[in-house]
Amino acid sequence: MTALLRLATCGSVDDGKSTLIGRLLHDTRQIADDQLEHVRDVSERRGGGALDLALLTDGLRAEREQGITIDVAYRSFITERRRFILADCPGHEQYTRNMVTGASTADATVVLIDARHGVQAQTRRHMAIAELLRVPHVLVAVNKMDAVGWSRERFEEIEAEVGRVAAALGLPDVVCVPVSALHGDNVVEPSAHAAWHEGPPLVTRLEELPIDGADTAGPLRLPVQLVTRPEGEAGGGRRYAGRIARGTVRPGDAVVVLPSGREAVVEAVETLDRELEAAGAPLSVALRLDREVDVARGDVICAAADAPAPARELQATVCWMHERPLHPGARLLVKHGTRTVRAIADAVPERLDLETLGPVPAPDGLHLNDLGHVHLRLAEPVIADPYAECRATGAFVLIDDQSNATLAAGMVLSAG
Amino acid sequence: MTDLVAAPPLAGLDALDLLEAEAIHILREIAAERERPVLLFSGGKDSIVLLRLAEKAFRPGRFPFPVMHVDTGHNFPEVTAYRDRRVAELGEKLVVASVQDSIDAGRVQDVAGPGSSRNRLQTVTLLDAIAEHRFDACIGGARRDEERSRAKERVFSLRDDFGGWDPRAQRPEVWDLYNARVRPGEHLRVFPISNWTELDVWQYVEREGLELPSIYFAHERSVFERDGMLYADDPFVERHPEEQPFTTSVRYRTVGDMTCTGAVRSTATTIDEVVAEIAGTTVTERGETRADDRATEAAMEDRKREGYF
Repeated sequence: MTALLRLATCGSVDDGKSTLIGRLLHDTRQIADDQLEHVRDVSERRGGGALDLALLTDGLRAEREQGITIDVAYRSFITERRRFILADCPGHEQYTRNMVTGASTADATVVLIDARHGVQAQTRRHMAIAELLRVPHVLVAVNKMDAVGWSRERFEEIEAEVGRVAAALGLPDVVCVPVSALHGDNVVEPSAHAAWHEGPPLVTRLEELPIDGADTAGPLRLPVQLVTRPEGEAGGGRRYAGRIARGTVRPGDAVVVLPSGREAVVEAVETLDRELEAAGAPLSVALRLDREVDVARGDVICAAADAPAPARELQATVCWMHERPLHPGARLLVKHGTRTVRAIADAVPERLDLETLGPVPAPDGLHLNDLGHVHLRLAEPVIADPYAECRATGAFVLIDDQSNATLAAGMVLSAG
Repeated sequence: MTDLVAAPPLAGLDALDLLEAEAIHILREIAAERERPVLLFSGGKDSIVLLRLAEKAFRPGRFPFPVMHVDTGHNFPEVTAYRDRRVAELGEKLVVASVQDSIDAGRVQDVAGPGSSRNRLQTVTLLDAIAEHRFDACIGGARRDEERSRAKERVFSLRDDFGGWDPRAQRPEVWDLYNARVRPGEHLRVFPISNWTELDVWQYVEREGLELPSIYFAHERSVFERDGMLYADDPFVERHPEEQPFTTSVRYRTVGDMTCTGAVRSTATTIDEVVAEIAGTTVTERGETRADDRATEAAMEDRKREGYF
């Protein structure tokens, strides 16, 4: 069995992020001969000579031409112990938007620091976003240790500063690992230079992190995606298909369909041609219920004993992702789970300081790459939990109903 | 359906379980949110996996969309036969969009001579079929590990009126909340197995016991060598006089048009053997077997901007 860990890396080219990712891919032997040959070619054409591993991560023509990273890229790599999906979040352009995107699905994030420069404003922002998005594990790779002579003192100074930032944000257990991505020290292979450091290389750390991304222990939430039924069978036979967002479901469980409030008992938990004894988040299943109830896309099947009240108002934190700013009174669409409802943002929003997450007034609204608090009034109820309790049932996006643009990523603080 | 199956231990789902759950969710989202989706099926392993995932998403009901093959007329006969058999087994509707028809209608000009391929002409046929059937979402089996520009593409990827992809104007995609809204004339390309690798696909084929077209396994074939790649010796593929065919044991890693898809030397006749070969391979599948991606450094990105798959 190979477990899957979703990872987000954040930092800028200057911190050596592209080199670190190139090193991760290279030293775990993910780079094929034809890709390596391409990198060798381009390195030579640019007159460098030395193999520039950062070139492995350039995806688009504009990125190669301008020597920048524009957008989040997703890459896979596999080690003997674990399968990884890595969201590579660029640090300069659109960094808040990009990091929120990468962090939204991550089980762990690796924040990069240049050992020569230590903790920067950007580091604090990256750690703040990891906290805000509730990424379960945060690691800090202190890179370019070769440039500070592998100084234990320097590393411990940075480690202490990272600890202070983490404590202020309420981030538990932030682990620092000294590395040199350029030379491959302590990334995949242990390094003699880091002999003074207790603890394994970065990749071993990642292989050993507990994976606790999905919440299978909480009360059931299954947002219904669609209703299927066997062809040609009159009535009955309806299955309610969806991905379990939270909790576990078993035949015999008492459930309530929200927002209608109708109750039923689960008769079967199905996948193609199989009935399961139990299934938990984040599996995709289809449920049969013991009675005919009116269930449609957008409804949420919840544990009868522990269901949230349908909410017509949301207090939420958002990351604004569009050039068009958010002004009070804006009319928007909220997509939460499988339900899309009309909404009005009806209070003057607050902006969050990107380093401390403390609120500051935002009289001109929220702009691209701002984080802030908003209050949303909804035309129809949604079935939400606070994001702090469950990422899958506390997350939403805001969409412009004219242009269809995705405007913001949102996290429920409270639903009422 | 009476014996209850023990679910995998809830905390111990493996990578394939999670990738499968994600893909089924994506298929159900696009089916629920768009009126006229279509699933693109080439007869290749990735689209065969998509069909399996569609069964998991929608059975015991019918698929809420037809299956479409863009046929260059230069496909491997084994693959076309497989396509017809598989779609009939499933009892689903097949639409064939033919590049030959586009040529006959004067929509595109055929290409000729050694090294020519109808691969690029498919884009026009595809976009015409989308317009004719008013499809608003095309579900495809592209993966992010295939090619550099794909690593940056969204799962729900917007195409403009011209079928074009603008990598700098992509919608942010967060959590598993996909924005499926389009304006008239626009459509979506949706990639449920974006996060899968070639190895994941093979392991899934094995786990699900899926049948593949025979050309994926080692067989004796008359081939000739060009630019380090082995092409099928076939009337559709024009040879230079010095390109002499010879017979050897090969298999295909990807299945595309015969004129741009190369074979690799192999003796792997079972999935186990193929998986072992892939785990030990040192060349990417598109680099090894797809002439269409070798043209320039940004060949795939350029074709995608024009509306390619």
